[in-house]
Amino acid sequence: MAEATIIYDRLRWEEKQLYEKGSEVGLNVKLVDVKERPLELTSTRLAEDISHVVLQRTISHYRGLYYSFVLENQGHYVINSFVSSLICGNKLLTTQLLAKSGIPTPKTYVAFSQESAVDIMEKMGYPVVLKPIVGSWGRMVAKIINREQAESLLEARELLTDPQQQIYYIQEYIKRPPRDIRGIVVNGRVITAYYRYQPEGDWRTNIARGGKAELAKVDGELEDLMIRASNIVSGKVIGVDAMETSDGYVIHELNNNLEFHGASEVSDVDIAKEIMEYVKEEAAR
Amino acid sequence: MPIVTKCKECGADIEVPDDALPGEIVSCPDCGIEYEVVKIENGKVDLKLAENVGEDWGE
Repeated sequence: MAEATIIYDRLRWEEKQLYEKGSEVGLNVKLVDVKERPLELTSTRLAEDISHVVLQRTISHYRGLYYSFVLENQGHYVINSFVSSLICGNKLLTTQLLAKSGIPTPKTYVAFSQESAVDIMEKMGYPVVLKPIVGSWGRMVAKIINREQAESLLEARELLTDPQQQIYYIQEYIKRPPRDIRGIVVNGRVITAYYRYQPEGDWRTNIARGGKAELAKVDGELEDLMIRASNIVSGKVIGVDAMETSDGYVIHELNNNLEFHGASEVSDVDIAKEIMEYVKEEAAR
Repeated sequence: MPIVTKCKECGADIEVPDDALPGEIVSCPDCGIEYEVVKIENGKVDLKLAENVGEDWGE
């Protein structure tokens, strides 16, 4: 029987689903908690207790990233790959690659000092959006409406000890309906898509912040953009986020660490099963 | 049949499903503290305090 290993650090609803659906599709699924399983960096062989094909599902970005790097260099096939996780987990890298590939994305600058960050914001005109380059669940994503607010937020960021917090990712604020569109792309195919509506009192649409999911139909231009976006990071299981603007769609974020509990409640597709069908294909190669 | 264990913080009963897997999170119904399942063996469950949410957690 084909086998695959799910690596994780916290067994969320998603990982349990993937584990169960794996058996359903006829895959022998092993679970490895990365917190309990150190790796030997100097080994050049496949880790014996970890399958050749690995589905990377850690909740921690950095654990998953480094675990993937080590396993790939020992010959394992990791979904999503190290490079894919590296790019998706970093908004600076994602935005530039989207733009370079001709995929419409919001106009974005990166500034390396408080002063130049304010200068750029003044030039762009308010509101603007300030985001951490590595971050999740919409944390510290701020809509800035004037210079005073910009200066106080940048001052606060300056006090944070993580040096990445002093790299300022500044994006134009997109006028959009109170929602964005998440497409789930598995091996080059949009298997399902849904709107994420911003909750009352927040402009961010993250489901983790209380955003509500509603089934969306994606085809034509948007479907094509989502597939292309997933391909530029060689992504195999990717959440692609799009916004509707008066000039068409823009892609603003790619997620390698896909959370799909909210989506599963509205989607007519068994997301975990689709993912495990794909993992099985790889495992059977 | 759920396995019942005591919360190390407040002493309340915590029910852990007998098919829970290592790494799953259970929380105390009284004080809300979160535990991670370490193992389930012979009708007994080992729990440890769950990790705090990290800056790099989530999508």
